[in-house]
Amino acid sequence: MLRPMSSETASRSKFRIRIWVAGLFAMLCLSIIVARLWVLQVDRHDGLVQRADSNRTAFVPIVPRRGNIVDRNGEVLARNQLNYTLEVMPVQVKRLDKTLSELTEVVNLSDYEIRRFKRKLQDSSRYANVVLRNNLNDVEAAWFASQAFRFPGVNLKGRWVRDYPQGETTAHLVGYISRISENDLDKLENMGQTGNYRGTDVIGKKGVEKTYEQLLHGLTGSESIEVTAKGRMVRSLNRNDPSAGKDLVLTIDLRLQRIAEQAFEGQRGALVAIDPSNGEILAFVSRPAFDPNLFVDGIDVESWRQLNESEDFPLVNRPLYGTYPIGSTYKPFVALAALELKKRSAKEIIYDPGYFDLGKQRYRNSGSTVYGAIDMHRALVVSSDTYFYSLATLIPIDELHDFMAQFGFGQMTDIDLDGEKAGVLPSKDWKRKAFKRREDQSWYQGETVSSLVGQGYNSFTLLQLAQATAVLANLGVLRQPHIARAIKDARTGEVVPITTKPPKTLSLNPANIKVVRDAMVEVTKLGTARQAFEGVLYDVAGKTGTAQLFSLKGGKYNSKTVDERLRDHSLFMGFAPAQNPKIALAVLVENAGWGGAVAAPIARKVFDAWVLPSTSDQAVLLQPSLGTKP
Amino acid sequence: MNNLAWLAKYAFKSIDWPLLLLLLILSAMGLVVMHSAVGGTSWRYADQEKHFLMALFVMWAVAMTPPQIIAKCAVPFYLIVLALLIGVEFFGETSKGATRWLNLGFVRIQPSEMMKIGAPMMLAWYFQFRDRHIYFIDYVIAAIVVLVPFALIVKQPDLGTALLVMGAGFYVIFFAGLSFKLIIPVVVLGVVGLSTILYFEDFLCLPDTNWVMLHDYQKGRICTLLDPTKDPLGKGFHTMQSMIAVGAGGLSGRGYMSGTQAQLDFIPERTTDFIFAVFAEEFGLYGAVTLLALYALVIWRGLVIALRAESLFGRLLAGALTMELFVYIFVNIGMVLGLLPVVGVPLPFFSYGGTALITLSVAFGILMSISKHNKTQN
Repeated sequence: MLRPMSSETASRSKFRIRIWVAGLFAMLCLSIIVARLWVLQVDRHDGLVQRADSNRTAFVPIVPRRGNIVDRNGEVLARNQLNYTLEVMPVQVKRLDKTLSELTEVVNLSDYEIRRFKRKLQDSSRYANVVLRNNLNDVEAAWFASQAFRFPGVNLKGRWVRDYPQGETTAHLVGYISRISENDLDKLENMGQTGNYRGTDVIGKKGVEKTYEQLLHGLTGSESIEVTAKGRMVRSLNRNDPSAGKDLVLTIDLRLQRIAEQAFEGQRGALVAIDPSNGEILAFVSRPAFDPNLFVDGIDVESWRQLNESEDFPLVNRPLYGTYPIGSTYKPFVALAALELKKRSAKEIIYDPGYFDLGKQRYRNSGSTVYGAIDMHRALVVSSDTYFYSLATLIPIDELHDFMAQFGFGQMTDIDLDGEKAGVLPSKDWKRKAFKRREDQSWYQGETVSSLVGQGYNSFTLLQLAQATAVLANLGVLRQPHIARAIKDARTGEVVPITTKPPKTLSLNPANIKVVRDAMVEVTKLGTARQAFEGVLYDVAGKTGTAQLFSLKGGKYNSKTVDERLRDHSLFMGFAPAQNPKIALAVLVENAGWGGAVAAPIARKVFDAWVLPSTSDQAVLLQPSLGTKP
Repeated sequence: MNNLAWLAKYAFKSIDWPLLLLLLILSAMGLVVMHSAVGGTSWRYADQEKHFLMALFVMWAVAMTPPQIIAKCAVPFYLIVLALLIGVEFFGETSKGATRWLNLGFVRIQPSEMMKIGAPMMLAWYFQFRDRHIYFIDYVIAAIVVLVPFALIVKQPDLGTALLVMGAGFYVIFFAGLSFKLIIPVVVLGVVGLSTILYFEDFLCLPDTNWVMLHDYQKGRICTLLDPTKDPLGKGFHTMQSMIAVGAGGLSGRGYMSGTQAQLDFIPERTTDFIFAVFAEEFGLYGAVTLLALYALVIWRGLVIALRAESLFGRLLAGALTMELFVYIFVNIGMVLGLLPVVGVPLPFFSYGGTALITLSVAFGILMSISKHNKTQN
């Protein structure tokens, strides 16, 4: 054991020498650095301080004006307003407390503002402007400007602040801008846009403010300026002008939007109205709404808590994020499927005893009404569930899925708004993927039964229903729904229309569509929606719906005993005029019960407002009592 | 419960407390300076806090791993990182002219950064494996082990990282006993070469002179170093401004958050490679020397750990990782002070960036593991 030990010791002592060499080398190098520091910081200190003090050019970004957002008639939905801010550059102020106390004689400063200012002061560079007060009015700004010479280092700055003059109206589609977050910064960095956002502290967060952020924001310019050692500007050396953001023209009609929102009368729900001839969204309602102006300067905690914790979910964009079973409003499409897939002819008579038996399971009509012998037309007009239940043995779920997918059910519409949900259009394949447990993965025919009346796993956005309704109105042409109409250059006045995906024509037999449409017209004359459309001056094709949220389990539904939030949703879909449609819409009122009673009257008001020729007539027609013929 | 208590005790015992204390002081200083460099609170500052927290956990985890296990990982780790480096060559993501990142789908990694640990680990393992039968051919093999990744990283191009990998590899070979007869001539040659360059500076930096080995931007950086005043608005700008900042700091500095060079945005890359200039401007010579003393203490502690290490693997790896830290510090500060050309090497514990910090924490974790697992080895 002696030899290896001695060899080990020898190698150890060799290693020790090398560690010493390395250590000494490191210390030598660090000494060189200390010597160099001495040269720079002691010997050459005076000269270099002078160099630092004469460093005089600084680059400042020039923020572009954000584009306005207007409706199809030029009504302003979002604009910029000049807002005055009082800022302080700490390094330029000699005695801060004296300045602040003198300043309170000139402008109003609350204790809260002073405290906030002092807190910010500790966290910022001595050369950065720190905000003392926001939102000075014109009088205060003018008053300060006349006294400004007394307050060196206190600067009045005008800045553009986003303003949404319509408030809650259009809140969900216009969206809002707010402070740039860390997340936004990461995204900007990935897009190589950080430079373009220098000097900007807000960014589009929701709605078209987000989807068209790039266009609305514009290009940031820059200016190199000569500054004194303390950062005060002397003169401009070189300027690179910013280019303002583009204005955005939406497809929305503000007047129609207002009428639609008011028609909800404080109830929760959603409405989407589309011009079937081009896919333009005419009205886009999500109730309740919120005031987007709250978000512009960063929302305060209390307002945020109220909005975020409200049981009514005012922040949720219902037509896009809300996926619902659409109930009987699905039936026109199912009827068309039966005709197109040649599963049942329109004339075939089915006997409706008020229920349909599949194996041991009995499926009842709502209210257990007995309709007797009915054909397809009659089944749609009275909304017989049994007629559609009985298609379950004829149309396999996958065939139904493929037919409905053409209309865009269960798929993104690719509308130019963010955060759209796809919903669910069930099929065997979908069920296999959606469920984890093997025994849940197979499809049962009973599930087809409920799918055929728009219940079961079906879950669509209201936008999808409106789009599908527009396809029916169009005799089978699908046009991409969109909310932006054109981009306008405010300086040159040049207008560039927004391009959308080319229309897609579904191969449908016009005779079949006519069967369904005629039945839908009769729905509004003699059927479930006849009260809402009493005395209407043009033909309306429509269908009511009532979507069940509450599973009855054999019990009888009684709207009075069921918890309000679990009551049925009230729906209506339709288009007008029936022969030459100018508008197609879908409307849903949450927990409002029967479709004919609540949703259809809202649709009536919107149709009247859009289809009838002049505004004076509509003013009369908007009243519950009927107007005279124009 | 017993298991948990045992784990806590084990975790406590795995820490080299003097080293941890030094690292914590340095981290705290780093955060204070970062706060000033970003000009107050900002997401970058908050980010950096998170990086430090993460680094602490990584270090702890590595410290609890016995060196024998680390030695066993050496070969596969090196080979995987080498494969990833080759992957970068073919499938890497390019940003700002350099291809350094590899997107594995779930995570984006920088293999060159991992090589800073992988190369010295591999070499330390190799020399332990060949224990006491080391011939000339072994040094040749060792050189290949370092030069292949070095060449791949230079090609990305990332000269700073390549030099660190090379440095770490060299120190393992040096500690393993590379003859001084071989080292001294190289050093002499280097000194002579550098003096020649300095002497012929005017000719070398003419635009027509073509440098065989180096990129144009690398040539530019070296020429800038030789005479920064020649091109003060272009390539020399970085070095000039950082030297002005350091010099303006004087003995006691311009005061926290009050350096004009830093706050008025004259120091380039002030949160990353040039953060030492911010520190030296605001804290002066006193601050800078204090910082260097702290770094010296860390290096001293690391070399002590190397001396006390039981196994050859532990000795070589601890020595090399410590000296790698020294290279980091020297190259970065030398660059800020205009002593060395501008190469992208961050200042440990100060520069913004999570990746470099994680690499450092792994290195210090290994040091602690070597330091604390001596007795259990016998």
